[in-house]
Amino acid sequence: MGGEAGAGQGPVGLSRGPRKANPVVERPVTARDDQEADAMEDAYSRTGNAVDPPHLFPDYKGTARRAPSRPLIMIPQTLSEITGPVYGHSDVGPEEADLTKQHAGEPQGERIIVKGRLLDERGRPVPNSLVEIWQCNAAGRYIHKVDQHPAPLDPNFTGAGRCVTDENGTYQFTTIKPGAYPWRNHANAWRPAHIHFSLLGPSFLTRLVTQMYFPGDPLFPFDPIFNSVPDPKARERMIAKFDLDTTKPEWALGFVYDIVLRGSNATPTED
Amino acid sequence: MPERTPSQTVGPYLHIGLTPGRYGVREIFGPVVADAAMPGTHIRIEGRLVDGDGNVVPDALIEIWQADSQGRYAHPADGRPVASNSFRGFGRAPTDDDGAFFFETVKPGAVVSPNGVMQAPHINVGIFARGLLKRLFTRIYFPGEPANASDPILSLVPADRRDTLIAKPDAKNPSLLRFDIKLQGDGETVFFDA
Ligand SMILES: [Fe+2]
Repeated sequence: MGGEAGAGQGPVGLSRGPRKANPVVERPVTARDDQEADAMEDAYSRTGNAVDPPHLFPDYKGTARRAPSRPLIMIPQTLSEITGPVYGHSDVGPEEADLTKQHAGEPQGERIIVKGRLLDERGRPVPNSLVEIWQCNAAGRYIHKVDQHPAPLDPNFTGAGRCVTDENGTYQFTTIKPGAYPWRNHANAWRPAHIHFSLLGPSFLTRLVTQMYFPGDPLFPFDPIFNSVPDPKARERMIAKFDLDTTKPEWALGFVYDIVLRGSNATPTED
Repeated sequence: MPERTPSQTVGPYLHIGLTPGRYGVREIFGPVVADAAMPGTHIRIEGRLVDGDGNVVPDALIEIWQADSQGRYAHPADGRPVASNSFRGFGRAPTDDDGAFFFETVKPGAVVSPNGVMQAPHINVGIFARGLLKRLFTRIYFPGEPANASDPILSLVPADRRDTLIAKPDAKNPSLLRFDIKLQGDGETVFFDA
């Protein structure tokens, strides 16, 4: 995979020795082989990152001149990485989670509810964490000034939303179902319908931007961005599930989309 | 155990969600990390993002994460109070039509590392853009900083590439620093995996 550093890439000797400076994980150092010792000392797991796409994915033309050509340099996780921006309920209003109520009228399209939990790789909820989303309208057009797709803008739809997860890691948005849209990656290229999701999580290392797709989209086999994720099972985790319990009678279809961030190896503490 | 959700590109329309001010949505992030009242040495960092052909990248997002002037992070894993309640240590800036970005902040203090050796003052940088399927991570270090020589992260970088991580001083303005980022090719910026 283009330009990725493997586990053995670069010196990692720094992370040996007692961790007296690290406030999150405190473990005695015992005799282990190097790899295991290094894994033990990471505050956050690295193995789960294998689900990510490579930097260089030739079918997605935009990666060709933007992907780094040199291997990444593996570094230990210091206080600078295991901390990260803290934003919460005081930064976001509850009305920001409803993308159908940002204008005088209602947007065109199929009203939907998207809800889910923000979790870590250990299955623990990630509470009080910022979720930002953006999307095109029901016709497949973004309000963005660069979008030239000749589909109508909707004066009642901006396509931006934010919320903060609750104590169980749950978030919920009300919006409209985005349309598919064309792009110029290859002949007759169309993106499957998707909502962009941005997550901060508890540290610099948990930062994630991804896209949520809709079940049964016929465009999946043709989309290089979706297929840049090497493992088909991991691709499926980017697809929301239709959920009748989330569906509101006489109002909106419900979709459930759980998002899993990198997990801390630390035992959780009360703070 | 649940497995991680994969990363996907921010795409070309990221501003709608991540820097939405121009679409009439209140911004909660911006390029000003420290206001005038914040203790420390105030600096402005300016840079330009270019691709492997040397073309500017006008549709990227740069995020920075840093400690205060005493090396303290506004985060519970640090736990020490930072110099001002208004300091959150996080900045976000889109690149403009010339690939340019800037941040206004204070120079961070030295930060401890896992084996107790102090790290030289530095700022963590995340880069998102169309064509980047996942975030790129690099660091800004400071010119003329004696602690750079013993920094445990810089020492992992081949000597001939370290200069890509060290901001350049401005000849006239001591509070202005340049940090250009090259995504690919000759003079490629060093990117990290943590
Ligand atoms: Fe999109």
